[in-house]
Amino acid sequence: MAYTEEELKKELETKEYEYGFYTDIESDTLPVGLNEEIVRAISKKKNEPEWMTDWRLEAYRAWTEMQEPEWANVKYKKPDFQSISYYSAPKKKPKYESLDDVDPELLDTFKKLGISIDEQKKLAGVAVDVVMDSVSVATTFKKTLAEKGIIFCSISEAIKEYPELVKKYIGTVVPKKDNFYAALNSAVFSDGSFCYIPKGVRCPMELSTYFRINQAGTGQFERTLVVAEEGSYVSYLEGCTAPMRDENQLHAAVVELIALDNAEIKYSTVQNWFPGDKNGKGGVFNFVTKRGLCEKNAKISWTQVETGSAVTWKYPSCVLKGDNSVGEFYSIAVTNNFQQADTGTKMIHLGKNTKSTIISKGISAGKSQNSYRGLVQVQGRAENARNFSQCDSLLMGNECGAHTFPYIETKNKTAQIEHEATTSKIGEDQIFYCNQRGIDTEKAIALIVNGFSKEVLNKLPMEFAVEAQKLLEISLEGSVG
Amino acid sequence: MLKIENLHASVEDKEILRGINLEVKPGEVHAIMGPNGSGKSTLSSVIAGNEDFEITKGSIKFLGEDIDALAPEERAHKGIFLSFQYPVEIPGVSVTNFMKTAINESRRAQGLEDMPANEMLRKIREKSELLEIDRKFLSRSLNQGFSGGEKKRNEIFQMAMLEPKLAILDETDSGLDIDALRIVSNGVNRLKSKDNAVVVITHYQRLLEYIVPDFVHVLLNGRIVKSGGKELALELEEKGYDWIKQEVAV
Repeated sequence: MAYTEEELKKELETKEYEYGFYTDIESDTLPVGLNEEIVRAISKKKNEPEWMTDWRLEAYRAWTEMQEPEWANVKYKKPDFQSISYYSAPKKKPKYESLDDVDPELLDTFKKLGISIDEQKKLAGVAVDVVMDSVSVATTFKKTLAEKGIIFCSISEAIKEYPELVKKYIGTVVPKKDNFYAALNSAVFSDGSFCYIPKGVRCPMELSTYFRINQAGTGQFERTLVVAEEGSYVSYLEGCTAPMRDENQLHAAVVELIALDNAEIKYSTVQNWFPGDKNGKGGVFNFVTKRGLCEKNAKISWTQVETGSAVTWKYPSCVLKGDNSVGEFYSIAVTNNFQQADTGTKMIHLGKNTKSTIISKGISAGKSQNSYRGLVQVQGRAENARNFSQCDSLLMGNECGAHTFPYIETKNKTAQIEHEATTSKIGEDQIFYCNQRGIDTEKAIALIVNGFSKEVLNKLPMEFAVEAQKLLEISLEGSVG
Repeated sequence: MLKIENLHASVEDKEILRGINLEVKPGEVHAIMGPNGSGKSTLSSVIAGNEDFEITKGSIKFLGEDIDALAPEERAHKGIFLSFQYPVEIPGVSVTNFMKTAINESRRAQGLEDMPANEMLRKIREKSELLEIDRKFLSRSLNQGFSGGEKKRNEIFQMAMLEPKLAILDETDSGLDIDALRIVSNGVNRLKSKDNAVVVITHYQRLLEYIVPDFVHVLLNGRIVKSGGKELALELEEKGYDWIKQEVAV
């Protein structure tokens, strides 16, 4: 049938969250509210050493002095931090060596999500560290990794097993007082992943973590720490989805990447949390601090595909401290209905001959607002720093918005900074052209959106790119036709 | 193959086609000529199913079936192809990817499996040679940064790939230099068979020296006012459209 923007708009509005279900697994949950006692209780539940408890308490005290930031181009009702439960763990705690031992209901959940762990184990050679309601339930491929000296485990386990590594690096890239949400995370982080690649080791597989939020009214505070020793390489994947829920769920993660001399970290995310229904009710608040530090000749590459969450506030950044280090940011952010995204990156050039590349693709539909916010900062010592930024926006319909807020600060005359931006709209003429060649409207939109996002999709690891492509299609055209 | 009866169509309540009658049989080449604003492009859009235009009266039958209610992609699956006067750009989608998608969508609609990769490659090679297209061209984004001539050649390449039963070429000659015109026409002629048909919409007689029509129709104010053989095109070239306007008025 003829396809008009009016119709598209209607169809997009009726698109419901695909993964709206809820797993009923007994949980062990702390009472709602936040105070020093709760912070201590979290630390105690996790059997943490005293230094960690103190670290959390310091963060908590700093947080109580801080204000929730308001500069982002998003509007939402601020969460009541005293009505959230800060810890929830599946009751059946033992770790499983085999998937057969895992709660069948949990496995069923993964099946619904299309995340077949066993298949992934076999086919993709991906080690999956599953975070279900804040506690790691299964870790695979550990042995293969251990042979290379690679550590890939939950952060809680790392705190116990490798305290000297965690102590040395945690909070060094994102200090616990960095910002309101980072401080909150530092105080109450429930679990997350830790990854350590020894000197000169090339991690032989993509390391992958799936995050889920699964308990009513439970905020999830993930903490990820990736350390790549000199001359090492790792590609890390993180993908997430959450069940449909009425009340807002707060998610405030912190991810720290450390790439020592000549190391390379590739960090890819596909994020598909519940965005709220078509009236803007519910949905996840995603306030994330992600930052990487590059030492000499090191490289950090962030690739993200953001399709979910009601409100997103996220700026994966690179501190290019070492000379000749390289930072990259490739992003696709899709917003629909009443979603709001304020996302981008910060590239801080400190070292000489540092280079950064920013490719941002924003796709807005429905009544959503999609903002790119990026900072390129060149410090005085950063001779010959280079940056290239490209921000493209694609609009669908007449009620959505695309915004670009590029900030450029340079204190060195030798810096070369380029910024390009475009805004376009999916045209009816494009759709008709595709239709005439036998391609229906739904497929046509997918084709156009994929073409628009290609430069970023190409940066994702193969198996993830396919998943991301599907996600784009689901997010934008679920019920067209 | 194509039978149009008393077709009236309008856009935003403005009537553009006012009673078109046209029958195209397999193996035939028809040319539709006429001055600007006579309704030539509207006719091609309406046949292809562009719903910016509303059919107010009459019918379009293709292979004996009424296609008025069919979506553009369904008409394409039945074998109708339109070479656009102004092909659109789709950034990031290569010509190859676009063709692969189009071919497989049509195959799926007919209950067939996707075309195997080696067959697809063979076909791409064969058809690109026919139209003297550099293979590098096929990995470029569809129509993006293409010259006028490249766009038109790409349209005919798509026609060659899709092998339609009925091809409508809307002002395919505009923007073509003489060499490109020869290549494009040569392509169309090589693709012609007793089972398919071509409708050429053009302003000038020039293209018809290469793609020789069996019938020439003159479109004026939304009606076919005169039909004839290929000599009619020459007459129009020589005398312009004014004499027909006068003839019709009388």
